[in-house]
Amino acid sequence: MADPRTRSVAISRSALGAAISVIVIINMTGCAQADGAQTAQRVPVYGLGHAPTAVEISALNIDANPAGVGLPAGQGTTATGETTYALKCAACHGPSGEGIGPNPKLIGTDPPAGFVFASDAKAPKTIGNYWPYATTLYDYLHRAMPLTAPGSLSPDEIYGLVAFLLSRNGIVPATMVVDAKSLPGIVMPARRYFVRDNRTGGRTFR
Amino acid sequence: MHLSSDGGRRYSGRVTKPDNDKATLTRRDLLHSAGIATGIALAAPITKLLAQAAPPAAPPIPLDATKVPGLPSGPLGERSPFEKPALAPLNVSTGATNTPHQRLRGTITPADLHFQRHHNGIALIDPAKYSLTVHGLVDRPLVFTLDDLKRFPSETHTYFIECSGNGRGAYRAPKPEMTPQDVDGLTSNSEWTGVRVSTLLRETGVRSNAGWVLAEGGDAAVLSRSVPLQKMLGDAMIAYAQNGEAVRSANGYPARLLLPGYEGNMNIKWLRRLKLIDQPNMSRDETVKYTDPLPDGTARQFSFVLDAKSLITSPAAPERLSAPGWRPVTGIAWTGRGRIAGVDVSVDGGVTWTAAELFGAVLPFAHTRFQHMWEWNGKPATLMSRARDETGAVQPTLAEYRRVRGPGTDYHFNAIRSWRVDTNGMVSFNG
Repeated sequence: MADPRTRSVAISRSALGAAISVIVIINMTGCAQADGAQTAQRVPVYGLGHAPTAVEISALNIDANPAGVGLPAGQGTTATGETTYALKCAACHGPSGEGIGPNPKLIGTDPPAGFVFASDAKAPKTIGNYWPYATTLYDYLHRAMPLTAPGSLSPDEIYGLVAFLLSRNGIVPATMVVDAKSLPGIVMPARRYFVRDNRTGGRTFR
Repeated sequence: MHLSSDGGRRYSGRVTKPDNDKATLTRRDLLHSAGIATGIALAAPITKLLAQAAPPAAPPIPLDATKVPGLPSGPLGERSPFEKPALAPLNVSTGATNTPHQRLRGTITPADLHFQRHHNGIALIDPAKYSLTVHGLVDRPLVFTLDDLKRFPSETHTYFIECSGNGRGAYRAPKPEMTPQDVDGLTSNSEWTGVRVSTLLRETGVRSNAGWVLAEGGDAAVLSRSVPLQKMLGDAMIAYAQNGEAVRSANGYPARLLLPGYEGNMNIKWLRRLKLIDQPNMSRDETVKYTDPLPDGTARQFSFVLDAKSLITSPAAPERLSAPGWRPVTGIAWTGRGRIAGVDVSVDGGVTWTAAELFGAVLPFAHTRFQHMWEWNGKPATLMSRARDETGAVQPTLAEYRRVRGPGTDYHFNAIRSWRVDTNGMVSFNG
């Protein structure tokens, strides 16, 4: 029997055509059109792989995005976060989030001159002055911290740590309850400085 | 970043020997080895030497390899005992260790000398338990075992991977003793074999509102990056073989993402999950890290593509030119935008430039070796190389780079590097 790559062309030209048209749309716009027209009725070519169960997916599906999709139930405040921080974070990042050795400084709104990181390599980038999205804190702490026991923090612990780190950076009041609903609404000071890549190759160096 | 002046020298005695291993093998070593290898009766002075000598490092080196039987084969083809290239720095679990480019020729990086950048150590994964889950905005979420991945049609391509932090130390704190390994050792070039991501997405189907793919590793950092769907439907692949064998643990065993021309961090090692999403996830490594502060007070985000770049690998520190006369100025060039169009070499600090010879077929998204024959007259000289790519991009001078990107910028360091040759033949890094 022929290789399915060629066989599919002969048997299912319309399906392949639909697949190609979807790809062309994506290539032209950089992202797919949310036009509601679900035209990609592609069928599996090789039939390899198996369907995961919902439980299997949820075990892996740990990401949280700026819209708050992926944030779990739970909550925390600066007070609960301060306790967790002292217990699980301070040893590496310092009691006041000042950073120790290669472990980054977490708290600080400097440099006072503004967003001068390109001219000052020594200016420390902190949650207060460089992180553009608050939800990234949840996503990152959940997946990767603490370094010695990654993935060990509970949602309540993480929400508390996020509240603690944000309030100490002067971004939210210390009384704020951080949870799946409130976290996506927090606007980070550095958000406005981030721009998309404008390099395109060619003679002009950007 | 911690940088050693030279990996070999720094760890001398513990891990490896100096670059001039050859010179350190003494007559005594040779005589001793000959005795061990042959077991023949030896003249009195030699036996005396033998009695005094410490046990030799295996294997022994005969005086004349034509007069004694050689060694039998072993399970692995070992490097010559005279050759001990090494990654440096060592024992890095959240950081980078560099390829010793001053020890390499040609274009392929030996798998065990491929640079490594880890975010929480090297994950060890049982291939029988490995799986890759593709879900999110797809028609049919699917889990692929390693066997599944290998049953799809495979492809083999030669691609470089470069950490976008490559060159940071040389830019921020240049030192004369820096070697090519120290300057730009976070780029390596391999032949990769695997399956295209688009082949897997054909199995799952792609919903029309998908625009990005979150790629996630199965390491302790659970490293994640958002990749444009367009790239995933193009040349992106999942590699399970490197230079003809299984991918090395430190490089993502049993399977990793390969995004030709994109910064190394996005080529997720130990790939466990692809999630099709509508907007980028804004992961830590695409916001807080791997973004480029610019002098206009902005930070460039999603700067995926690596700029055109080149690196002289010889003459370079810690080399010392033995005598005036002819020798090649040679090195590697690469670009994240396809093929290298040319490399110019200057031996007078950038006053004049000559197009260098490019070796073999120039492959897209791969290291290309260049060579320029140079007759050193014994006077001080400053060597430079300047890459050009097929889009017309030209590697900028250090001054232009500093002006455009700023002294504090964090990634994509592709300024022209220079090497100083002194009258005594010593070569040093010159910024």
